[in-house]
Amino acid sequence: MTALLEARGVNKRFGAVVAAADIDISIAAGERVSLIGSNGAGKTTFVNMITGYLKPDEGRITLDGRDITPLAPRAITRLGVARSFQIPQLYGDLSVLDNMLVANACHDQALSFWQPARRASALDRADALLERFRLAEHRERRVAELPGGIRKLLDIAMALTAAPKLLLLDEPTSGVSAEEKFPMMETIMSALGQEAMTVLFVEHDMDIVERYASRVVAFYSGRIIADGVPGEALATDDVRRYVTGELLQE
Amino acid sequence: MNEVFTILIDGLTYASWLFIVALGLTLVFGVLKILNIAHGSFYALGAYAAASFVGWGASMQWAPAYSLVAMLLAAVVVAAVVAPLTERGLLRFFYGRDEVLLVLVTYAMFLILEDVTKLVWGANPYYVSEPYSLFGNVHVGVQTWVGYDFALVALAVVVGLLVWWGLNRTRQGKVMLAVIHSAEIAASMGVNVSRVYMLAFSVGIFLAALGGAFTAPMISVQPGVSVGVIIVSFAVVIIGGLGSIEGAAVGALIVGLARSLAVHTAPVAELFSIYIVMAVVLMFRPEGLFQRTQARKI
Amino acid sequence: MAAVMNSLPAKPSASALPAHGRTVALGVLAFAVLAVVGFFSPKWLTFLITMAAANGLVSLGIVCLMRGGVVPFGQGMVFAIGGYTAALMFNKLGFTDALGLPLAGGLVAVLIAAPFAPLLSRYRGIFFAMLTLALSMVTYGLLMKLDMLGGSDGFNVGRPTLLGQKLPDARVGYILYLVTLGVATVMGLLARVYFDSTRGLVTLAVRENELRVEYLGGSVRQAMAINFVLAAFCGGLGGALVVMSLGHIEPNFSFWTTSGEFVFVAILAGWQSVAAVFVASTVLEVVRSFSSAYFPNTWQLALGLFLLFVIRFLPKGIGSLWTKGSTK
Repeated sequence: MTALLEARGVNKRFGAVVAAADIDISIAAGERVSLIGSNGAGKTTFVNMITGYLKPDEGRITLDGRDITPLAPRAITRLGVARSFQIPQLYGDLSVLDNMLVANACHDQALSFWQPARRASALDRADALLERFRLAEHRERRVAELPGGIRKLLDIAMALTAAPKLLLLDEPTSGVSAEEKFPMMETIMSALGQEAMTVLFVEHDMDIVERYASRVVAFYSGRIIADGVPGEALATDDVRRYVTGELLQE
Repeated sequence: MNEVFTILIDGLTYASWLFIVALGLTLVFGVLKILNIAHGSFYALGAYAAASFVGWGASMQWAPAYSLVAMLLAAVVVAAVVAPLTERGLLRFFYGRDEVLLVLVTYAMFLILEDVTKLVWGANPYYVSEPYSLFGNVHVGVQTWVGYDFALVALAVVVGLLVWWGLNRTRQGKVMLAVIHSAEIAASMGVNVSRVYMLAFSVGIFLAALGGAFTAPMISVQPGVSVGVIIVSFAVVIIGGLGSIEGAAVGALIVGLARSLAVHTAPVAELFSIYIVMAVVLMFRPEGLFQRTQARKI
Repeated sequence: MAAVMNSLPAKPSASALPAHGRTVALGVLAFAVLAVVGFFSPKWLTFLITMAAANGLVSLGIVCLMRGGVVPFGQGMVFAIGGYTAALMFNKLGFTDALGLPLAGGLVAVLIAAPFAPLLSRYRGIFFAMLTLALSMVTYGLLMKLDMLGGSDGFNVGRPTLLGQKLPDARVGYILYLVTLGVATVMGLLARVYFDSTRGLVTLAVRENELRVEYLGGSVRQAMAINFVLAAFCGGLGGALVVMSLGHIEPNFSFWTTSGEFVFVAILAGWQSVAAVFVASTVLEVVRSFSSAYFPNTWQLALGLFLLFVIRFLPKGIGSLWTKGSTK
């Protein structure tokens, strides 16, 4: 099984802070991988390096065998990578529908000076995605007025517009109240379920990780300290000590 | 060789009043983050006020030397009257808004002040020529320069040093430096940011008016003076770097010399030499020579 | 008229063509109404509206850029280039067609501005404004000093012809009025189509969140470079049209205060409605004309106060008064 995403020998420092140290990882198509670790462990840095926002000091990242390390975010997006953001990056002044249409237009290879943004094909795709994410009722509402949970879902729906091969979700349930987390994750996962997509999601809530991840990769101080199915990875001493806090650190 | 000397001196004299004015502009930007299109209007107000004050002094038969005091007084009065009015009465309603929006507000101020000046002083030019001969003539080589021009250079140096000293050696100045770095953090440390804004704006206006007042003897004071001044001042602060004192000095020198060079060697370029330098700086080093602010670039 | 000329219906249609069809119909209707009104109007009024329409085109270009989040302070440059192109072609090449001259003005403006587009597309905020300002002042300086271009006085331009026909004395003002309004209507409709297009929507997105645009696969720089070129075309078109009716061109066209007036109109109009741009331009012309005649020392004061009022209370411009919702 060829890897969809590979990172080899990736290192990144910010001055004295080690954000990534000898990261070696291989992710196959179709996997649902959860990245866990305490704050500052290196998860978001890793995601940023995959999406091209940061460049590693050393090492390579490849997508489908192609070296994406030096590419800009836009180029990487066009190769089939999409991401959502911890703080949703939306167009507050526009409606939910228009946000989806923006995603549609940006992804469109044939941008037009005269084709209306609100043409049938774009609307159909946007509406279909809004349905899957249970956002259809908010279609015409101005995004700035929407509550946090809806904004997170929209953020992810927009990322899906490009039908990516690899989807990166940065803390999809953060900032969402406890009783909303599971329903939200359900919505997201069932929406994704219909596509053959590889998903990496950064997550702090272990219940969610156990339920939705097929694989867990744990970070600490820029290193990967555990990598495996949730049942095993979450049971290792390292993870229990440095991530979940079940074991006290000496 | 004579030619080079002439170019240098001409450039220096032009740079001196320009420095005083640009210093005010860059200070206001540094503290309040406002690029003030109306800065040239305050220059004009200073020039007009100087014309009036010097005129009154002359009509009361005061000795010509008092005209210098009159000009200084003019700048002080302009700053004392106009600064609070503008800052408290108008600008503070727009603090925190987009920087380009604030530029537009100052553009509106410029439009308003253009007509206010015309309404108060009329549309005919004023000539304040008495002070210009106060310092006699200076002979350098075969060239003769008016002593006043060199006095202006001296004034520029004094002003520059005073502002530098005020910012770096006084308590109020250091508080202002703190606000320049971050108004938010300064406020959370108990600094009365409003008062600092007021002070900075007043000093800025004073400097503009000072430049106007002391340049009045060299020009004809008439409507439209502000229009040329602001645009050259922009060039200076962009070249030198927004918010930087050294930048204002170096920028003024560069602009002064560029213009002087053009005037003497390639008159065709006189008008656009300054803006070519400005454009080139923006293209290659948009933060200016003495970086303070980041140019937002993709 | 204004209300429909700018907003698409909130409910999406199966194809947007019927909606644009309606906009086109209303645009044509507006033109027809103005044509009739102009026929019976006094010369000063048709001249005023002609100037408003031609100047409005330049501000329309500014709106293209404002939709992307930047405010250019140097449209005087393309305005002057368009004007000088028309004037020089008329005087030196003997080309006098009232339709050809504006087109030439627009194209030459694009030719000269286009090399700067990739550079300018990387700037925002004050630095964008200052760079466009600098370029327009360089142009001004050149125009002032180059005697072969008329120097500081500029020069006069004779009466254009239309499709080979000489224009009779009595009707030349009205004919130029029709030509200018016609061009403005066509450009306004094209602008509306562009604003509603996929590229137009990406431009709006750039204004609000550039980062996300790139992460969605869009190119911010390409969008802004294109907007800059379009603004140059509009500016050049407007400049040529003004010169044809005014009969005179001078370096002041490129001075920063001229650019400032175009920005004023764009701010007054807002970027939601195309019609608002021309309405705002007319407001400026009216204020300018009447104030010059009756209160010569207060028209700038009036403009300044008006601008402050708009910035404070109508931050989205007068177009927001009749445009539904906050999209577009």
